[in-house]
This record gives sequence, structure tokens and C-alpha cells, in this order.
Amino acid sequence: MAVKAFTCTVCPIGCEITVIVEEGKIVDVKGFGCTRGKDYAVREVLDPRRILVTVIRCRNGRLPTVSVKTDKPIPKGKTWEIMRILSGIMVEAPISMGQVIVRDVADSGADIVATRPNPKSDENSDQPHPIRIRSFRR
Amino acid sequence: MKRGYDVVVVGGGPAGLAAGVKARMLGLSVLLLEDSDTLGGIPLQCIHPGFGLHCYGEDLTGPEFSHRLIGSAEEVGVNHILNAYVSGMAAFPDNRRITLRVISPDGAFKLHASTVIYAAGAREKHIFEAGIVGDRVSGLYTAGEAQALMDLYGVMPGREIVVVGSGDVGLIMARRFALEGAHVKGVVELLPYPGGLTRNIVQCLEDYGIPLLLSHKVAEVKGERRVEKAIIVKVDERLRIIPGTEREVKCDTVILAVGLVPYIKPLRDLGVEVDPSTGGPMVNGFLETSIPGIFTCGNALAINDLADYAVEQGGQAALGAYNFIKNRGIPEAWKSVGKGRNVKLAIPHYISRGRDAIIYVRVKKPERNVKLHIPEIDWEMKLPSVKPAEMIRVRLDAEDLLKIIDGLTIEVIPDTCRR
Amino acid sequence: MRVAIIGAGIVGSSIARVLSRYRNLVVYLLEREVDVGWGASKANTGLIHPGYGEDPDEHPLRARLCAAGNRIWRRWARELDVRLRWPGELALAFVRKDLDAIRRFITLGYRNRVPGLRLLDRDELESFEPNVSGEALGALWAPSCGQILPWEAVTALIENASANGVKLNLETEVRDIKIEGWRVKGVETNRGFLPADIVINASGINADTVSRMAGIDHFSIHPRKGEYILFRGDSSPKVVRVLHRVPVHDTKGVYVTTTIEGNLMIGPNVQDLPGELKGDKATSIEGLDSIWMEAEKLVKRLPPRDEVLRVFAGLRAEPSWGDFIIEAYDEAWGFINVAGIRSPGLTSAPAIAYYVRDLIGDRLGIRLEMKDKGEWTPCRRGILRAADASWRRLGRLIDGNLGYGKIICKCRMVSEAEVVEAVRRGARTLDGVKYRTGAMTGDCQGSFCRIRIGMILARELGMPLWKVTLQGGGTEYGLGDVKVLQGRSGQP
Repeated sequence: MAVKAFTCTVCPIGCEITVIVEEGKIVDVKGFGCTRGKDYAVREVLDPRRILVTVIRCRNGRLPTVSVKTDKPIPKGKTWEIMRILSGIMVEAPISMGQVIVRDVADSGADIVATRPNPKSDENSDQPHPIRIRSFRR
Repeated sequence: MKRGYDVVVVGGGPAGLAAGVKARMLGLSVLLLEDSDTLGGIPLQCIHPGFGLHCYGEDLTGPEFSHRLIGSAEEVGVNHILNAYVSGMAAFPDNRRITLRVISPDGAFKLHASTVIYAAGAREKHIFEAGIVGDRVSGLYTAGEAQALMDLYGVMPGREIVVVGSGDVGLIMARRFALEGAHVKGVVELLPYPGGLTRNIVQCLEDYGIPLLLSHKVAEVKGERRVEKAIIVKVDERLRIIPGTEREVKCDTVILAVGLVPYIKPLRDLGVEVDPSTGGPMVNGFLETSIPGIFTCGNALAINDLADYAVEQGGQAALGAYNFIKNRGIPEAWKSVGKGRNVKLAIPHYISRGRDAIIYVRVKKPERNVKLHIPEIDWEMKLPSVKPAEMIRVRLDAEDLLKIIDGLTIEVIPDTCRR
Repeated sequence: MRVAIIGAGIVGSSIARVLSRYRNLVVYLLEREVDVGWGASKANTGLIHPGYGEDPDEHPLRARLCAAGNRIWRRWARELDVRLRWPGELALAFVRKDLDAIRRFITLGYRNRVPGLRLLDRDELESFEPNVSGEALGALWAPSCGQILPWEAVTALIENASANGVKLNLETEVRDIKIEGWRVKGVETNRGFLPADIVINASGINADTVSRMAGIDHFSIHPRKGEYILFRGDSSPKVVRVLHRVPVHDTKGVYVTTTIEGNLMIGPNVQDLPGELKGDKATSIEGLDSIWMEAEKLVKRLPPRDEVLRVFAGLRAEPSWGDFIIEAYDEAWGFINVAGIRSPGLTSAPAIAYYVRDLIGDRLGIRLEMKDKGEWTPCRRGILRAADASWRRLGRLIDGNLGYGKIICKCRMVSEAEVVEAVRRGARTLDGVKYRTGAMTGDCQGSFCRIRIGMILARELGMPLWKVTLQGGGTEYGLGDVKVLQGRSGQP
């Protein structure tokens, strides 16, 4: 029998919830203040998931990295496998916002999407004319 | 190039962009000055979610949030100059204008504005402000610097990390390091409670097995060239070092996440009145500083934990600028906002009886089951828990405020009728 | 004749400049660090001392060279385009004994030809220094006390010396000195053997070690640590004059000054370390507390503790003898020691340099042939600063060089053009840029600008950002690429 304790993070109250697990099954959940909290605790025990955010390397862009995220929460246990896959990737600029970098990464059901555009690095990008006010170029 | 504008916005981060957008939407002529070579501000390097919950009803990452704002700025046409540094400002109350001296690769020139919205953000506290002495070694970074190195410029700072400060910034960086393969030895926190959200304690420390040392501080760093050890000591309830509790933690990197301070040097040079509890200017309900026509918002006003608040303040400052221009000044009868029990700061410092108001409050100490209470108007808001790290946003209607005579006081009191 | 000067601090670089004037000398300046002036030269009070405190009977060299150096700095600062101010010094008296000491110093000062010394009484003090402590009974007023930024002086000297033919060799550590038949033949370094007829030992804290290589071991040097506290630019109150207590026991005590960059600075304290601890530049709470206590006594008020910007420590080379050791030897002909240059070393440096030149001429009997007018220039211009330019001038600078319009360091208003120029003039590290431009020394201590400066260094030196160093090998900005700890094969 195992007892797992959590501080619920669903709302600012932060109920202290305990979950009692026996032979891999939940037998009791105590301390929650609402059903959302109870669901949170159950999920944290049976199938904890997280959104994973990191950067991947990028060639020929204004920045050498592109920030990425999983488009849905992935099982915590797949974190390191996904990180390993991502550390071996080098993408090529230009990258647009939301661009899918890897589909269904590590069979998690989630895609890796770019969260920051990275235009091609442009050597002459800041040769200004006399006091040019930048308006947005379309 | 035009030299005179209704509004010049200093700073192209969330607050400045929001101010520029709102000012344009109100029909004012706007020029935005940004010191770096991109718009977007600090959220561009904050690759984690937690942005936009209030502004857009979505949980966005920092870059996504910034790019939404940049998109709005593009849509309404906020003209801007990049790599522009404001070297000085002068306010001329007689001609009702403010002159800014700007240095940029485009030249050194002067701008004239009817109003200025100062949104230049904050700086990070440095090593001495963290109370650390010792050898002069490399391997010490502020959290923002480490974040930019990793998540913009693709540089890994080190491999054995000690993080000083358990606010959200420190917790987020602890996770970033752990995720990229570094060994995070621990997060060291001076106070007996963590500074950041519980969600981050769970998802940044517990998930990665990173120890949190409460009531501890890094007293000294040692090393020959790069840091080799951090000397960590325990502190008592008065935050004094307890002798005999020193221990050495081997590390090659120390990350300082010990707080931000509004960067308001150009305003100080003008003699603006500063609130020591925020480190930023004193402002009225339109976020106008003690210098008429100069407004401020975002982290330059006070350190916000949500970029969404910076955006809201930017909009409010723009509204203030609009009123200032329309009425040739803002002639309100301002009533002061006072701080009562367990209130560390409350912004703005003055509100008016006849308008809706948003007041941002921070408490001194964490408490559970309390009420935010304003005795003068008999207003209260129940809160299950309050923490110094979480800014509280209070909305008061003009109707509520009609009852004020001299001013109001905000206090945090225990909620005696518990559920 | 080949000359090898060991140590590119204020003394070595002054000697290099002076000797570069002579056609028949080929001068090599050897420095073991990755940049110049990184020993005591960059961590001292930055004062050009008036020289009243040096007793010509006890310390004849110090007395003579300090007063001479004080005078020579006026000309050198002009020629080298180095900032030099003359705030004047108040040595405060708090007890009767101090007043007696002042009278003695006035006499000594007269012997050392120090101008303008006067005993001020209590009523006059405030008009000289508004922040002076009300407890002071009087003070010695020494108008000829100056202030300089010592690292600015060192880089200026090096640039001028190099322009005049001196060959600077960085990261070059002297391992042995070859003496054959009682004559110097050259120096053995980590980069090979350099033949030399004259070897000048200006290696500061290591002067005794180097001297032993030439067989001269009649003195020893131990490190004397001094810690300093620097306050933020916008903190107050500051001071107008250089303040300290009347000197006792051959130490000048804790000073309260406002630096040329406008920061209040207090220190140094004195901590004598054993000879072996030549690398210990750590700051400590006890040291800083002791400085605070001493400084508080001198002024009405110090700024609040939370306005401290930075603390740092310097190691001064304290000779076992007390006086400067500047001499040549029969048993090692060509070897000249310039050792134990403790306070007032910075002040004396120009005079020391001429003294060494005269030693070469008189003691070693070498006839020195001066270069013709066109072959040698005393003048060196510093890096043009955006912060110092008038508005119109700045506009023209930007027209000619866009880099002047890109401000990198917000606190000190340092532009990209200045950073690039610093690299061109020898900066290879973040500290090298810092000491040549003032970037990263302002209120934010680099939290805004260090990355930007790193990127400029990376671009100019053609290296990845992570390889840029703070101060040479072992202090790289990063470990490598952001994924370097993950490799391709495994989990961390």
C-alpha cells in the first residue's frame, strides 16, 4: 500500500490531497475540495502528464534556436526520450510560428510545434537609412 | 521623419506594445522606441506557458504571447524605431511637451511628445544584492541572463547548478537546466516559504527531484577561475546566519534569481517621485507619474508576476495619455490609496472617486483564509490564500468609490467565517 | 640591446613606455595573464598621492619617487589622454596625537617638496568637505592629491608603448632566467627562450620568485590584501575630497573617495597574508564590515548598505624591507629588480620608469640613443566615447560609424563602436572590454549588457558565444551548445 500526497494546483486554494494506492489501483482519495481537485489527484497518480517546452537548434536563422512545445500534455515518463530525440535535431530557417517540427514525437500522440518564428538570418537587416522609422513590412 | 508625437512609448515589451496599440486605437499619433533589435521584450525568452490567461483566455508560451502583441501592433500600425536608446528626457510644463534625446544607428535626434509612456521594464538584482561574497570567479549568472543564453542564443552555461531564489523565475530555470541535462544541486531560498507558485514547485522541483532548501542562503562562492563550490548556510527567523551550519556544495554554476528592480534611471534623473516599496514611480489612477504627461506601466512601474497585468497597465497608461491630451492635463481630485495590515504595496497610489479602478496589491506574508478589506467603503473580497509572489488584482467600480471621502486603505484581515 | 620587462602592470608598462624612446633598445614586455594590468594595478584606490607621508630617511626611494611621480603624472595624463582629477586630500585628525602627526607630516612634506600642505582647523573643514565627520578636530589639507583610473592608465601606457615599438607578449610566463658568466642571457618562458641582455623584474606579487631565478634572494614579498566597497552611481551622500584618517604605522588607512566614474568608494582594509597565498583575492563579510566601521568615522553619513554596488579585493606586493627595491647587481649583470612596489606605487610609476632608465645608463653603463622626433610619439588618444560627445559630435560620429549609435551598456552609455575598438586595441575577454570601455561597471553590473558584449566579442574574434571568456582560459561564458550535455546517445 502506498500513500501519495499532493498539493492540488488547479486553483489557488491548494488543497492537500492524499491518494491511497493498493496493487496499482486507487482505493481512496481524501482532502480534495472539489471534483476538479479529485480528478487532478487521480490523474497525477495514474497518468501524470506535462506540456514539455524546450528549444531546438536551428541553422541560418536570426537566432540559433527555435523554442518549441508539445501541443498537448505528454506522459511524464516519455520526457527523457523526447528530449533525446529533440537534442539530435537541427532545423533550417525560416521557421514559422506553430510550424510542426516533429509529428507524434516518441509515440506520445503529441506534435512538437514551434512557439517562436525564426526568419532567415539576413546580413543586411540593419543598414538603416537616415532616420528610418520602421513600419511593419507585409 | 516627424519630430512631434502625441505619445512616445519607451520600451517595446508587453507593456509598451499594449500602450502603443491602445494609443493608436484611440486615434493618437504614436512612436515606440525599443532598445534591442526586436520587439517583444522578455517573454521572447520565456519559452514556458503561463502567459495570456487574462488577455486572451489561452495558456500561451512567452514567445507566442509576445507575437500576439506584435501582431496587434502591426495591425493598427504602431510605428517604431529599433536599437533606440533614450539618453535623456526633459519636461516642459509650459509648452506642455516632453523632449526625448534618442541615440540610434539612424542618428542622434530629439523627439517631442505631448505624453511619454515609460515602459522600459526592470533589471535583475546582482550578486552583491544577493549578499554573496567570495572569490571573483566566472560561472555566476543572473537568471534572465542564463535564460537568454540557453533559450535565445543556444548556449549551455554549465553542468552543476545551484539556483539562488525560489521565485517563479528561479524555479523555471531550475527545470530548464535539469531538462537540458545539467545536475541541479538545489534551489536555495532565504525565507521559510517558497517564493513561486505551487504549480511550479511541483512541475519544476518535485518532477525533477531538485531539493528546495528553505531558510538557507548562499553566503560565499569559492573557486580558482570558475566557481567550484558554494558555501550554503542556514538562517534563523530574523534571516541571520546561524553559525556552524555552513556546508559546501560542489558546483560550477550559480544562478541568481533574487529579484527584479524597476529600471527607471531616466525618470529618476527627471526627479520623479519613487515608492520605495515598489522601487518604481508613484502614480495616479491613470498611471501618470508625479511629472504631468509622463506615464508608466509594466515592470517599470512595479514588478508584475503576470505579463498580462503589464499589458493591462499599458492600456491604462494609453487611456491616461489620451485623457491628458484631450483635456490638456488630468485634473482629477485624487484620493490616496493607503496600505493596511499585511499589504506590502498597492498600485496606483491615488485613485479618483468617479472612475472604475484596478488596484494591484502584494502582501508581505503568506496567509490562508483571509479577506482583502477596504474599511472606508466597506468592501471586501475573500481569498483562500495570499502569497507575496502572487499579485492580487482588485477591481473597484466607480459606484463603490463614491463613498470615499479622504482616501482608502487596503488591508488583509483573517476571514472569521470559514466555509 | 634586448630588454625583457617581466610584468605588464603600471610599473612594467611605464618602464616600457620610457624605454621605447631609445633606438638601441629593443623592448619586450612579457605578461603571464591574458591581458595587461590584471594584478594590483586594477585593484587599488586609484590615487596619485601627494607624498607627504614618505619618510626620506626610512624609505628614501619611496619619498623621492612618489613626489616626482606626482608631478610627472600631470604631463603623462595629458599625453596619454587619461582622465586625471585633482580633488585634494584631507587627512583627518580625531585626537591630539593626530594633530602632532600632521605637524610632522608637514615637515616631511617640506623635505619631499610637496606643495600646498596646510593644517586646517575644525571650523574650516566643512567648507572643504560637506560630508566630513563632525568629530574631526582638524585635518592635513594636501591639494596635490589626484585621482586616476589605474586600468585606464595601464592600457594607455601599453598602447603608447606598442605604437613606439614595444612588443607585448601576453600569456607568457617566465619560468627561469639564464645567467652565464655573471651576465644575463635571457629568459625561459612557457613559449620558449627569449634572449635578452637586460631583464627588468616588474612582476608585482611574484617579484621575489622571479628574483630568485636570477639568484637574488635577499628579500621576500608577501601579499597584503585590501578589500573595497563601491556604491551605486545614484547613491548619496558622496564626498568631494579624498578623505582618510591621519596615517599611522606606515599604512594610509581606509579612504573615502568618489571615483572618476562618480561612484563612492571606501577601502582598503589591510590583511597580511602568508607568502604562499598569492592568489587569494576573496572578499569576506568580516573584511567588509571592518572597512565600513572605519569609513563611517570619517564622514557624517555613508549611504545605506543596500546601495552597495560591488565589492572587490586587490593584493599589494609588500616587501620585507618596506622601501621599493630598485637595483641592479654585479653578480647578475643586466638584471634589474623593480620589486616591492607597494603604495605609493601607482603614483611613483613614472618616476620609477625614469629611475630605471637612469640605472641602465649609469649603473650598467649603457649609452642610450634617443630616437629622432618622428620616430617616437608621446601622444596616444583614448577610445572616443559616445557618453562624452556633445550631441552634434555624436551625430557626426554615428554618420561615420553606425556602431556609435548602438548603445550596448545602458548604465554607462557605451556604444558598440567603443566595444569593437576595445577589441581592436587588445581586448580578448569580457573583462578586457570592461576595463577599456567601462561597460558592465554601472548599476546593473552587466545584467543587461554582458550577453551583448559577449556576442560582439564572438563576432569580432570569430568564436562561438560560449567560448568567450570572462578573463582567460577556464572562465568561458558557457560549456558549449545548449544540447551539449545530452549528446546524441543518451539521457543525461
